[in-house]
Amino acid sequence: MALTGLDIFKQMPKTNCGDCGVPTCLAFAMKLAQGGAELEQCPHVSEEARAVLGEAATPPMRGVTVGMGENAFTVGEETVLFRHDKTFVNPCAIGASVDSGAGDAELDAMAAAAKAAAFERVQQHLACGFVAVRSTADAARFALAAARVGEASGLPLVLVSEDPEHMTAALDAVGTAHPLICAATADNADAMIALAQKHSCPLVIRAAGLAAVSELTEKAAAAGLKDLIIDSSPATSGVALRDQVFARRAALKGKFAALGYPVIAFPGELAKGDEMLEAVFAAVGVAKYASIIVLSGPEAWRMLPLLVLRQNIYTDPQRPMQAESKVYEIGAPGSDSPFFITTNFSLTYFIVSSEIEASKISARLGVVDSEGLSVLTAWAAGKFVPERIAKFVRDSGVAEVLSHRNVIIPGAVAQISGELDEELDGWNVVVGPYEAADIPAFMKARAG
Amino acid sequence: MPYADPVEQLKGRIREVVLGDGEGAVTVGGAAALPFCAFDGELPHRPVIAMEVFDAAPAGWPAALTEALGDVMGDPAAWAKACVEQYGADMVCVQLASTDPNGANASPDDAAATVRSVVDAVSVPVVVYGCGNADKDGEVLKKVAEALSGVRLALGPATEDNYKAITAAALGYGHVVIAETPIDVNMAKQLNILITQMGLDADRIIIDPSTGSVGYGIEYGYTVMERLRLAALVQNDDMTQMPMICNLGKEAWRTKEARAPQDEEPAWGDAHKRGILWEATTAITLALGGADVLIMRHPAAIATVRKAIDGLLSQ
Ligand code: SF4
Repeated sequence: MALTGLDIFKQMPKTNCGDCGVPTCLAFAMKLAQGGAELEQCPHVSEEARAVLGEAATPPMRGVTVGMGENAFTVGEETVLFRHDKTFVNPCAIGASVDSGAGDAELDAMAAAAKAAAFERVQQHLACGFVAVRSTADAARFALAAARVGEASGLPLVLVSEDPEHMTAALDAVGTAHPLICAATADNADAMIALAQKHSCPLVIRAAGLAAVSELTEKAAAAGLKDLIIDSSPATSGVALRDQVFARRAALKGKFAALGYPVIAFPGELAKGDEMLEAVFAAVGVAKYASIIVLSGPEAWRMLPLLVLRQNIYTDPQRPMQAESKVYEIGAPGSDSPFFITTNFSLTYFIVSSEIEASKISARLGVVDSEGLSVLTAWAAGKFVPERIAKFVRDSGVAEVLSHRNVIIPGAVAQISGELDEELDGWNVVVGPYEAADIPAFMKARAG
Repeated sequence: MPYADPVEQLKGRIREVVLGDGEGAVTVGGAAALPFCAFDGELPHRPVIAMEVFDAAPAGWPAALTEALGDVMGDPAAWAKACVEQYGADMVCVQLASTDPNGANASPDDAAATVRSVVDAVSVPVVVYGCGNADKDGEVLKKVAEALSGVRLALGPATEDNYKAITAAALGYGHVVIAETPIDVNMAKQLNILITQMGLDADRIIIDPSTGSVGYGIEYGYTVMERLRLAALVQNDDMTQMPMICNLGKEAWRTKEARAPQDEEPAWGDAHKRGILWEATTAITLALGGADVLIMRHPAAIATVRKAIDGLLSQ
């Protein structure tokens, strides 16, 4: 079981010397408990305490960072198998690959498409996470291609080659950008481990099946490497799912350290050139435990559904996603367009705005901060009540752009219309449909 | 320490539910392990796909759908035949959208005639979904049950407001009930209890846990399904051990992301592929949550999801 900060603190020297970079032993213990520090950072800890804490203080799944700067990503550090137990921690990285043997124009186009695959949704930035370059020509070309797409895209790199000479050339070119080396195998392990050490880069451990993978991760760990990613080279998507489930169970429930690393998945290899099937296999990875997913291309049509699915799966199940509280313009509303209000539960916002959009009539939608609750729940909890709604309408300044004073409220809270009328002087409260699906018909009827 | 596969054997098992009659009958459910986890326990029946047929030509569908389906869209029997013969659907799901009192308000007799024409056209099992208006669905499904006596349709959605009428009809005429509750484990259990208390065998109930699509609340449905499946298998909770069905085609295809043409949303890329993938990723996520029957719309999404299920089951 994971230790609490106080459990750890009891074992610390309590001298508050600050050598660990944190002012006090207590602060250090707290950081350690959250997985934000490592025991080795305290040079004064006793052997005895090390033995007690060593095992317990290591998170069951390692967090691994790839890339540098603002686009770097961290994966791993997961603590549960099911999202209802506790929020998944680090969203999987979804990126795309390109062959080093492709022409420069193709490399540039791919890098541009990867960079362009970025979307804003519910106040989150969703984007293609990395570019993987596969070595399909000689070592020099691999180095050039990696440098070229790395620079053009600004994204973290995954260097895909099992040839240590190719990897040496690429790392000499881009090693300072903290790329992911992919991959060490039983045949090249010594050379790849040495390269990962030399350049301080994370390393993929690839072998056939989890037993062979765990032997190889132990070897890499014995050589001092910690930032490992695992690839059990599954032959089918069923085997991939099985290995992902087993690896996570072994790491979290069995405390099997040799598999306590994030998993990388190559759904394209399982889909054998069928790009739709590849994307569906990628979706399986999003839900079931892949931490890095390499697609064969970065186009928006596949990135968007996968990134949105990832956002859904990795949200906190206890705390709903919230839309920003403001007045949204749907279509091109004029001063006489209808004005709706609803709550800021993201799903409520999405459904209401998409139904308004479906009506093909432009409108404004005021999203009241209801602490992420849906209409009825928010009303019951006192978060979507006349006072609050009236304040929102007044503060929004929407009156200045409207030539009318009609505010349409959800039919589910029809009972507040009278009171809201009183709160909102000069406004006329209109009760809209109970179900969002009836909004288009309601709007068409009002438009006459 | 050498690695050993962390297999987990579970106590419970999902009930088997038979849909359809005669040679075309199909059994769903039966799982003794979590979805696709055949390494933990037996999964005797793969998740199946019920392809949608609407009782009247739908309006306002995006090009990706209308181009794929073509002229069968106004003819339920022809549409159903295409589902089975061209697209390899395991089942057909008749969506009685035109019975909606706020829409065309088709009569129970019209609905029964439509379902009859579909049942006559295909040999696979037929699922029937009403328009979602509780009172009207009660009337319509009663008529459908009576007209198709003994062919073992799956009739839904039975909700807390109309389960009595639909359960009575299923009991009287030999059908299966789809019990729908709004994304809630306890409500799902409670409705199953109420339906079985009316005398319907538990192996004639399928749970519709309600779902959103990718981007529109799929995580709520997915998690409720995972919790229902864990309750069934780990806690051996009797009233959660029914197979699950997800009416996801309509959820996926009403999203802006699945519908918007590329000229409206240039940053979202190819509209056809995006729409198909919106449905296919929604479907596979729900299959991972525990869906035994996926109600789907686009032929290409169906073909892709079928291949994905094949792939996931090859271990
Ligand atoms: S280095 Fe060790 S002893 Fe010093 S403050 Fe940090 S935890 Fe305490």
